[in-house]
Amino acid sequence: MSAPAFDRGAALIESGESPARRALRRFLTHKLAVFGLAVVLLFVLAALFAPWIAPHDPLATSWSRIRQPPSWAHPFGTDENGRDVLSRVLWGARASLMAGIVAVGGAALIGVPIGLLAGLSGRWVDAAVSRVADAMLAIPFLILAIALAAFLGPALENAMIAIAVSISPVFVRLARGMALDARSTDWAEAARALGNPPWRVGLFHVLPNIAAPLLVQSTLAIAEAIIAEASLSFLGLGQQPPDPSWGSMLNAAQRFMDTAPWLAVFPGLAIFLVVLAFNLVGDGLRDALDPRGQEG
Amino acid sequence: MSGFLLRRLGQVVPTLLIVSLLVFGLQQLMPGDPALILAGEERGDPQVLAEIRAGLLLDRPVWEQYGRWLWRLLHGDFGFSWRIQLPVADLILEKLPVTAQLAAMSFAIGVALGVPCGVLSAVWRDRPADWAINAVALFGISTPNFWLGILMILLFSVQLGWLPPSGYVPLWEDPWQSLATTIMPAFVLGTGVASVLMRHTRAAMLTALSQDYVRTARAKGVPERVVIAKHALRNALIPVVTLGTIEFGRLLAGAVLTEQIFTIPGFGKLVVDAVFNRDYPVVQGVVLATALIFVLLSLLADVLYMLINPRLRAGA
Repeated sequence: MSAPAFDRGAALIESGESPARRALRRFLTHKLAVFGLAVVLLFVLAALFAPWIAPHDPLATSWSRIRQPPSWAHPFGTDENGRDVLSRVLWGARASLMAGIVAVGGAALIGVPIGLLAGLSGRWVDAAVSRVADAMLAIPFLILAIALAAFLGPALENAMIAIAVSISPVFVRLARGMALDARSTDWAEAARALGNPPWRVGLFHVLPNIAAPLLVQSTLAIAEAIIAEASLSFLGLGQQPPDPSWGSMLNAAQRFMDTAPWLAVFPGLAIFLVVLAFNLVGDGLRDALDPRGQEG
Repeated sequence: MSGFLLRRLGQVVPTLLIVSLLVFGLQQLMPGDPALILAGEERGDPQVLAEIRAGLLLDRPVWEQYGRWLWRLLHGDFGFSWRIQLPVADLILEKLPVTAQLAAMSFAIGVALGVPCGVLSAVWRDRPADWAINAVALFGISTPNFWLGILMILLFSVQLGWLPPSGYVPLWEDPWQSLATTIMPAFVLGTGVASVLMRHTRAAMLTALSQDYVRTARAKGVPERVVIAKHALRNALIPVVTLGTIEFGRLLAGAVLTEQIFTIPGFGKLVVDAVFNRDYPVVQGVVLATALIFVLLSLLADVLYMLINPRLRAGA
């Protein structure tokens, strides 16, 4: 993981444009990234306004319309309990996006301070933190999340905790690496020489400079966390029935693949689209925030 | 070389020790009393509960529990399954060949698709073929494995009826049937690996193609095909081999949901069944085993990197 050059000033002098504006302009010229952002916003709106835009109650069962194929009344069909699949997919966006954003936010809140501390203080703190991060990264991400969720007990909150803890070492490593790089720069040296304690150097001098890679990493991590939440819910370790989540809908759909294939299509398509969108935004941000120029 | 190996081994031991601490710590997260789960019907009998607690050392201080647990672990004793009356180590060893076969097939598919696509997309940079390959790779990374698996079953088993939707036949019993039952999950896992390998091969090839030695080779009239295959690719593959080893480790460590969907009785199915049955020692055993496999394969990746990189080989 190579650090970006810490000389944004040069770019600023050349173009007369602030780094944030420059990044925004470059992001907006990236058509796929803008498309991704639009899709993300669409899903966020769907999650926020699910109660108003969903055509039916996502929990209302009806024995008279079990497993009906897609129609005008039910564009995505109905499930094994006669519930409207479109409404459940819209409501399911809540669990998915919330899990993705909360888990990654939590992972960053745990991981970044620990990583900064390790990188800035060095010696045994760094050695200890790095070994623990290594150990956590040695356990495959999903296996760790499953094991944590299993021991914590099945619930959406526990799934989010499990995912946050499992992703956190990635942020520890990122923050540590950037702090190590920043430590050797003149401005960090100057901040230290002025008598700032390490936490102040980390918070006010190093953190703003690693914001860009953190943003990129977080966006890509949300994509991963959404897949993880769907996986845990698929296994019954996330959102509990009857509350809708894309993972548990796919799990139920498995039993009716020969008679009701649409049940397996729409929730999966929703996961795919939102994950694709976050990946596009992440790739676009990486290109836009890369201080080295147009390459990408 | 031996110095490097020793230093690397020196990192492996503390990493594994911390893994063991984390896995042991999982027990402490458990809500409720494990003795109550184990006692089942007899949970009202304090005599039975006390016996179970003594058997699991639950009546001892945590540090003594960890010490004894670790000591047995070092002797290959991963504990005893709560549900199936078998040692956890036996269960893991029984599933290993299944997961290994699936991992090998997936890896072969991943390499066969990912590396050539990465090379082509670097050579045809910014042309339609490059965009197409990148788009497919991005789709591959964004598609959840378990959904792709479900869609494949829908198409090839339910609609077309070409392949069995689930089940597993060992390779030595009936090789053809074994391939038929594993080709879909292997393809699902393989495309994921291919997407990752493609992106890295492309990046490594782009770097290699911009090097001075490639320009020199072109300048002295070496055919472009030879420049790509011999000068650029051989150098570009060095980091890809390392990454490939790690990806293989990830495959071995568990294709959890893919195995679940295709009912392949490997590691992934083992851990999921254990979670459903609240068979905690098995969950812990699988986490330990996958971490051990992963750490050993990262070690192998580093050794391979040393062996195939002439610069490091000469220096060591």
